[in-house]
Amino acid sequence: MEELLLGLEKLWSGFLGIAAFGVLIVVLFFLGSRFRGRFSHPAALLIFLGPAVVLLIMGLIVPAVRTISASFQNSSGKEPVGWANYQWIFDSQSDVIVNSLLWIVITPIASTALGLTLALLLDRMRRESVAKSLIFMPMAISFVGASIIWSLIYEYRAPDKPQVGLLSQIVMWFGVADPPKWLLWQPFNNYLLMVIMVWIQVGFAMVVLSAAIKAIPGDVVEAAELDGATGWKLFSKVTIPMIRATLIVVVTTIMFAVLKIFDIVRVMTNGNFGTQIVPNEMYAQAFVQFDIGRGSALAVVLFVAVIPLIVFNVYQLRKDRATR
Amino acid sequence: MTAIKRRRGMTLLAGGLAAGMLLAACGGSDDSASDTTAEETAAEDTAAEDTGGDEATDGGDMAAGCEAYADYMGNEGTSVNVFTSILPPEQQLFEEAWAQFEECTGIDIVYEGSDQFEAQLPTRIAGGNAPDIAFIPQPGLLAKLVADGGPVPASAGATAFVDEYWNPAWKQYGTVDGTFYAAPLGSNMKSFVWYNPQTFAANGYTVPTTWDELWALSDQMVADGIKPWCGGLESGGATGWPATDWLEQVMLRLYGGDVYDQWVNHEITFQSPEVEAAMDVIAGWMKNPEYVNGGYGDVQTIAITPFQDAGAGIAAGTECGMLQQASFYANFWQNFDESAVVGPEGTAYAFYLPEISSDIPQPVVGGGEFVTAFSDRPEVQAVQSYLASPDFHTNKAALGNWVSANSGVPLDTYAAGSIDQLSAEFLTNPDGIFRFDASDLMPAAVGAGAMWTEMTAWFAEDKPTSEVLADIDAAWPAS
Repeated sequence: MEELLLGLEKLWSGFLGIAAFGVLIVVLFFLGSRFRGRFSHPAALLIFLGPAVVLLIMGLIVPAVRTISASFQNSSGKEPVGWANYQWIFDSQSDVIVNSLLWIVITPIASTALGLTLALLLDRMRRESVAKSLIFMPMAISFVGASIIWSLIYEYRAPDKPQVGLLSQIVMWFGVADPPKWLLWQPFNNYLLMVIMVWIQVGFAMVVLSAAIKAIPGDVVEAAELDGATGWKLFSKVTIPMIRATLIVVVTTIMFAVLKIFDIVRVMTNGNFGTQIVPNEMYAQAFVQFDIGRGSALAVVLFVAVIPLIVFNVYQLRKDRATR
Repeated sequence: MTAIKRRRGMTLLAGGLAAGMLLAACGGSDDSASDTTAEETAAEDTAAEDTGGDEATDGGDMAAGCEAYADYMGNEGTSVNVFTSILPPEQQLFEEAWAQFEECTGIDIVYEGSDQFEAQLPTRIAGGNAPDIAFIPQPGLLAKLVADGGPVPASAGATAFVDEYWNPAWKQYGTVDGTFYAAPLGSNMKSFVWYNPQTFAANGYTVPTTWDELWALSDQMVADGIKPWCGGLESGGATGWPATDWLEQVMLRLYGGDVYDQWVNHEITFQSPEVEAAMDVIAGWMKNPEYVNGGYGDVQTIAITPFQDAGAGIAAGTECGMLQQASFYANFWQNFDESAVVGPEGTAYAFYLPEISSDIPQPVVGGGEFVTAFSDRPEVQAVQSYLASPDFHTNKAALGNWVSANSGVPLDTYAAGSIDQLSAEFLTNPDGIFRFDASDLMPAAVGAGAMWTEMTAWFAEDKPTSEVLADIDAAWPAS
């Protein structure tokens, strides 16, 4: 009972806080609405943009500048070390960069290709929604949860012992006497980890691409068919160009998700056995080994790696808009 | 013209309302979350202050049974704030252990546990909001805090207790630059080998008491078709730490405390012949394909087996013979088998990993927390002294699941035959050589970085020993 009362009290104080904030905003906007004449435009700009700009500076600009400056400092962030942290990355962490690149290239393409295939196969199938829901479901599982599920699938036991891992048992049924220790199986363990990400993302790709395919106007397809286009030709000359913008959005969305991902690697191998990627190394450096300099340098590398993707994305979307 | 302007004004107002509501809706969860913590602390504070007041009046009377606290009197109505990484349910045991002290002295000890302890403590100190007392789990962190300023030297009482009741090595770990700051609190004992007493009895094995007997027993198990050893390094973000423990055990056993200290301080490198020889010992032990990995497969599987699961083969009976792990592994046996009994006659128990040479008597690798004060107010000093006293350590040990290296705690305080009692027996031996877990003392880049990953690669990829050691040395910070 006492806890319930305490809870109500918290709820009430929370509500009061929200209400006070709301009142403040309303007053601010009301004052803004009183401006007339040549002040009305700057006042509107200030009131609408001001909070966003302040939050952007506090939440994005300042941390970015601080991270970049920290990346040129030593582990405690007190002494400048020049380019030493970057030197360290390119001298001793090149395999980490290579792994990250593999992730960024392979995972989005595999997810999108698989998602597109599924979208085409399931299109207008009976009980389409059931099949789609099942494929979409992994999307609702957290990365950590998915990793735990897959670590059970990849679990290894000596071949003469009762098997625990699903994958080992399956390949043993197919006659492989001594299945590899999946997570130690370099360099294929990297791809086995990517499978998890693909498993999660394929549902997203499928649902979005399926919607795009369904949105292709029927008369376009009909006209193409009248002109004699069938099968592959219809797909490559009509379907793909018509969903091009969506494809780009799907690929880049998954790419951004991959750039940030570190949960899967952290849970499955913690970057051991040649599977380390930049975000996990960054976390380990900054928050396990407390080397702020190296952690920040890795963050900057990641940041720089994102820029071309964003530029490409914006460029493609603009181009797309121009052709319409 | 005016109409348009007015309309713009209305839009602005309407937009403002909408935005305000939206922002408010978004801000909601944050607001209530921060309120929750604030109010909880407030509620705790008031609750604590209430009892504190009561005790103050009680303390004035010097109730019967309070004679033991005579040294800490004169601080009625004060309050001491303790910040730790130890969370409930352990928190309640601490509060229970010092309840009488609070009642008699009128000092109110306000307990605050946090799972972000190590990140928050430096921030709180830097912000001028240091706790009165913190339980610091690593000597390295204590040294860093002292360097940055904050901790005050230990009270005279605590110093006297440490001198009298602890193995001298412990005092060193609470000392920075010759000044003693912090007395140990709880301890854990890492030099154990876990086994299944029932399997041992059924096979006629006896617990080895010398290094040679340990290997004779291992060979005997191999002859009987049992893998004698099992191990697991997987531990999420800390994968590899059990292997660093193995190296520490062997280093301390082969060379004793002085060389171990030099190793910790990088006065001898990882590439020195001493460390190489220690690695060779482990190669013949945990990397010996005849010996490992009971219940899981070959040597490589050690790298992918979660350390929590490593003992499954021991619980199962004859899948695995022995596991080198710390005293806290006692809590894991019921995961394998709910009816598991930890004890000399049970299904799981530990023996001391024998010494290698009699020149280096009873080496023990362990860990513990250190009671550090950040204020020299008399009540803080009183609490710091009390927390080092045999009286408090006996109270706390009697509540179970806790070990003290304070030799003033009678061994029969612990449950008979418990792993805590066995741990205390070794930790309180004044003639034994105690050393703190080396990876906790080394710089984080090594102790929480290269040493973990390189030892893991040594098992997983059979990376050559010389490369493993060279790469750990390379990770040692330059300064």
